[in-house]
Amino acid sequence: MSVKDNERYLAFSRRAALLSFGTLGAFGTIAARLYYLQVSKSREYSLKAEENRIDPRVIVPLRGRILDRFGVELASNQQDYRVILVPENAEDVEMVLESLAHIIPLNDELRQSILKKAQSQRDFVPIKVAGHLTWEEFSRVNVRGPELAGIEPVVGETRHYPYREDLSHVLGYVTRPDADDQAEDPHPLLRQEEFRIGGDGIERLTDKSLRGKPGYRHVEVNALGRVVGEIRRVDGQAGDDVVLTIDVALQKFAAERMRGESGSAVLMDIYSGDVLALVSEPGFDPQGFNRGWTPEQWKELLDNPLKPLINKSIAGQYPPGSTIKPMIALAALEQGVVRPSEAVFCSGKRPLGSHVFHCWKRHGHGWMDLKGAVKHSCDIYFYEIANRLGIDQMEEYLKRFGLGERYEFDLPGEKPGLVPSRGWKKATTGVSWQKGETLITGIGQGYLLATPLQLAVMTARFANGGFKVKPRLLRSVGSEFVERPKRDVINFNAKNLAIAQDAMNAVSNEVGGTAFRSRVDVNGMKMAGKTGTAQVRRITKAERLTGVLKNEELPWKFRDHALFVAFAPVKEPRYALAVVIEHGGSGSKKAAPIAKDIMEETLKRDPLRRSAVSPLAQITDLEGQG
Amino acid sequence: MSDLIGGRGAVGTYWNKVLDIHWAFVFLLCVIASVGFGMLISVAEGQLDPWASRQMIRFAIGLGILVVVAIVDIRIWMTLAYPAYALALLLLVCVELFGTVGMGAQRWIEFGVFRLQPSELMKITLVLALARYFHGITLEQVSRPLYLLAPLLLITMPVILVLRQPDLGTSLLLAIGGFSLIFLAGISWKWLAAAGAAALAALPIAWQFVLAPYQKARILTFLEPEADIRGAGWHILQSKIALGSGGVFGKGWLQGTQSHLDFLPEKQTDFIFTMLAEEFGLVGASTLLALYLLVLGYGLAIAMQSRSQFGRLVVMGVCVTFLLYILINTSMVVGMIPVVGVPLPLVSYGGTAMMTLMFGFGLLMCVYVHRDVDVPRHANSLI
Repeated sequence: MSVKDNERYLAFSRRAALLSFGTLGAFGTIAARLYYLQVSKSREYSLKAEENRIDPRVIVPLRGRILDRFGVELASNQQDYRVILVPENAEDVEMVLESLAHIIPLNDELRQSILKKAQSQRDFVPIKVAGHLTWEEFSRVNVRGPELAGIEPVVGETRHYPYREDLSHVLGYVTRPDADDQAEDPHPLLRQEEFRIGGDGIERLTDKSLRGKPGYRHVEVNALGRVVGEIRRVDGQAGDDVVLTIDVALQKFAAERMRGESGSAVLMDIYSGDVLALVSEPGFDPQGFNRGWTPEQWKELLDNPLKPLINKSIAGQYPPGSTIKPMIALAALEQGVVRPSEAVFCSGKRPLGSHVFHCWKRHGHGWMDLKGAVKHSCDIYFYEIANRLGIDQMEEYLKRFGLGERYEFDLPGEKPGLVPSRGWKKATTGVSWQKGETLITGIGQGYLLATPLQLAVMTARFANGGFKVKPRLLRSVGSEFVERPKRDVINFNAKNLAIAQDAMNAVSNEVGGTAFRSRVDVNGMKMAGKTGTAQVRRITKAERLTGVLKNEELPWKFRDHALFVAFAPVKEPRYALAVVIEHGGSGSKKAAPIAKDIMEETLKRDPLRRSAVSPLAQITDLEGQG
Repeated sequence: MSDLIGGRGAVGTYWNKVLDIHWAFVFLLCVIASVGFGMLISVAEGQLDPWASRQMIRFAIGLGILVVVAIVDIRIWMTLAYPAYALALLLLVCVELFGTVGMGAQRWIEFGVFRLQPSELMKITLVLALARYFHGITLEQVSRPLYLLAPLLLITMPVILVLRQPDLGTSLLLAIGGFSLIFLAGISWKWLAAAGAAALAALPIAWQFVLAPYQKARILTFLEPEADIRGAGWHILQSKIALGSGGVFGKGWLQGTQSHLDFLPEKQTDFIFTMLAEEFGLVGASTLLALYLLVLGYGLAIAMQSRSQFGRLVVMGVCVTFLLYILINTSMVVGMIPVVGVPLPLVSYGGTAMMTLMFGFGLLMCVYVHRDVDVPRHANSLI
C-alpha cells in the first residue's frame, strides 16, 4: 500500500468510525423510542387496541308468547324466511337483483333503494332485500343459489299471530320502535333491526315482560367494522309467556259470526270477571304493523267507515238503550217505587210539558206490569219508573252496575262511557237538568253511554246477584298469577233480584218476548237476554206525523245501533254476554241472533268447567287441545 | 488476464472463491430473512401462502445472486461501474418517458413478463460509480471543487429523476447514500459545513417546488397527526397502538390483534416491523435491530480489511443503503419521521428491494473474497 493510499485509508477509517457512532446513535434512538412506546406507554396503547377491536353487539331476545286460558298460542315466534345481499360477494349487484326479481317479487323502487345502499355503505355490510317470503319462494332462492352470487337466504324469527284479525284488538301488534320509544328507553336493544316493541293491546301492556332480557356478544371487529370473531357471549333470556283469560275457540267463533258487521261482542265469567271473548269487528291483520303497511293498505285502514283500528269493545261508546231496563226495574224494586204487580198503561205516548215522549210501539202496549214491560221492552212503563226513581237514584244504580267507570282493564285505551247526573250536566252545559232527560235516561237514551265491555259487566253484576265483578284479561305473566283486589258486594235483595231476572228470562224464553226467536236451549241450559235498540238520530215531529222511517230506508250511518245483553244459564248463571252491532237496525233482529249463536257455542263448550293452565307449568305448544 | 475471466489465477478457482465467502455473514442474512418469513406467515394467519412461500423463493434466488456476484472478479465490477451507471440513468429517463404508472407513481418499465425498476438498479450502480470515481483520485483531489463536480452530478441526476416519478423514499436513499460516500472518501469538513448550510437553505425551495402534494401532506400529517386521524395520521396512530400494546414480550406469534384485524396498513411490507413488535414485543424488535447492527458491524470489518479504496467504498455504500432502509422504515413506523414507503430490508415482502440488497451483499462479499487484490487506479489499465 502506497503512502497516498495509506492516507486515504486513514481518512476513510476515521470517517467510517464517525459514521459507525452515528449509526449506533440512530439505533439507540429507535430503541429508546421503542422503549417509550412499548414500556412506558404500553398500558395506554393496550387499552386503545382493545377499544379498536371489541364491539359489543346486542342479541335480541326471543319475545314471550301470548297464550289463551288453555295454553293455545295466540302470539308466538315463527321462522321468517329472508333474503339478504352481501355486495362484496356479488359480481354485479344490479345483475344479481335483476335475476332475483325473476324468482321473488321485487319492485323497482326497492331495487333502487338497495342499489343506493350498496353504493353508500361498506360492501361487506349485508342489506336486507326481502323478508316474510313463503317457503316456496325461499326454496326457489335456495335452489338458484349458485347463480345468485352475493344473495344469501337466511332464517330469522318474527312475530306470528295464528288467529290474525280474530284477536287483533286483544293482542295488539308489534312494530319497530319509533324515535319516542327510543327516547323513553335508550337501551341499544331498541335500535336493533330485529327488535319489535308492543304497539297496542296485550303486546303493549305487557311489553316489558314479553321483551325478555337482551344478551350481548362482544365481537372482534377489524378496522373496517367487519366482525371477525366472538370473544364473549352473554346469553339473553327469552321473554315471559303471558296467559290470557281468553278462550280462543270462542273468540274465533264470535269473531267469525260477526264478520262483515261493525261491532263488538264481550263474553265474560260473571264471578271471576275472566273475559272469555273480546271481539271488535272488523279487525286488522297484526302482521301489517310488524312488516310495515304499504301506503295504500294504511289509507284503506284509515278510510274504512267500519273503523277496523278501533277496539270497539272498550273504546266504542253507545247509548245502551233498552238493555238497561232489567237493571232499572231492579233499582225500582230495591227503592220500593214500584210493586211487581203494579200496572202502567201504555198508549204509545207520554206527554211532558209541551213535549211528547213515545213508545217504540206506536199504538202502545196497553196495561203493563214489570215483567211485561221488560219482556216487551215497553218505553212508557220505564218513563214512569224513571220519573219515580229520579235521575239521582238512577245514576247511583247505573254506577253500581258498572257504567260510567273505567275498570283498569288489561288493555290500553279503555273509555269510561257516561252516566249523566245533575252536577255533570250543569258543569258541562251550564244548563240545569230537565225532567224529560230523566225519562229518556230510563230507557237508556239521552246522554247515557256505555262500552260493550261495560254492558257485559253490567249484565254480569245483574246475574251474579251482588258482586261488583271487574273484567280481566290477564291470567298470568311469567310464573306469576295476576293478583286482583277483592270485589265489593252490591247486595241486592234476593227476592227483587229473582223478579228482575225472571223478567229478563221472559224476554228470551216466553212467547211474545222481544228475543223469543233467539232463545237458547243447550241440554236444558237457557239464556236470559235483553234487546236494545239505540237511536243515533233525532226523530223530528214531522217525521212522526208521516211515519217514522224504517232503518232499511236510512243510510247506514243513520241506522240504529243493535244491542243485546244476556246471561246464561238462567239457573245458576255463569256467563254474561254483550253484543253491539253498530247501525245494525234493531236489537231483536240483528244483535239477538248473533248473541244466541255465541251463547249456544259457549254453553256447548262450557270453558269454565275445564281447568285452565297454571302459570307454574311449562306450557309447550298445546295447539289443537283448545 | 486469465484470473479476470476466472478459471485459475491469484485468487484461485471459482470454487475456492465460493469456499472463501464469509458464510457466517451469509448465515446471519438467512436468520434475518427467516424473521421475515415468520412474520409473513403471521400476516397470512399462519399460512405459507401467499407471502412467505414466495418470499422464500426470492431469498433463495437472492442467495444465488449473492454467490455469483461475490465470485466475479472485483476488477470486472470496477470496469462495469460507469457503463452500468450510464445504463441505469438511461433507463430512469425511459421510465420518465414511457414508464408504467403503479401506486400513483411511474416506477417500472415492462419487458414482457419481466418488470424492471431502474431506481433499484441505480442504488447499486451509483455506489459502484462513486466508488470507482473516488478510487481513481487522491485524497487531496477529493476536496477540490473541480473534482467534486462529477460526483455531485452522478448523485443529483438520478435523484432528480427518481423524485419526479415521484418516489421520495428512493431519492432520499440515493442522495444520502451518495453523499455519505463523498464523506467517507474524505471530503474536507469545510465543504461539509458549506453543504449542510446549502441543504438547510434549499429546504424551503424543495418544499415549494420539488415535493409533490402527497409528500407535503405526509410531512404535515407527521407534524400534526391528530389533524388527520382517519387519513394518513391513522396509519401512524394505529402503528403506535400496535407497538404500545405489544409491550415487552408481545402478544405472541399470530396473536397481534392490531395487525390481524387490519388496523395496520401494508403490514406485509412497510409496516411489518410494527407487526413484529406487536407480536414479539420490545424483546423481539430489539433482537432484530441487534441482528441488523451485527450485519453492519461485519460490513465495517470487511471494508477495513479491503486493500482497495474501491472495495472499501463499495462495501460502505452497500452498508449505508442497508442502514438507510432500516432507519427510514423503523423510524417511520415508530412515528419519528413522516410516512415514507421504504421496506424493512430482508424482512418486508417484495422482490425488488430483496434483489437489490442481495446484489449489494454480493458486491460486499466480492470485496471480502477479493480483499487482498490490488485494484489499479484506473480501469483502463485493467484491460
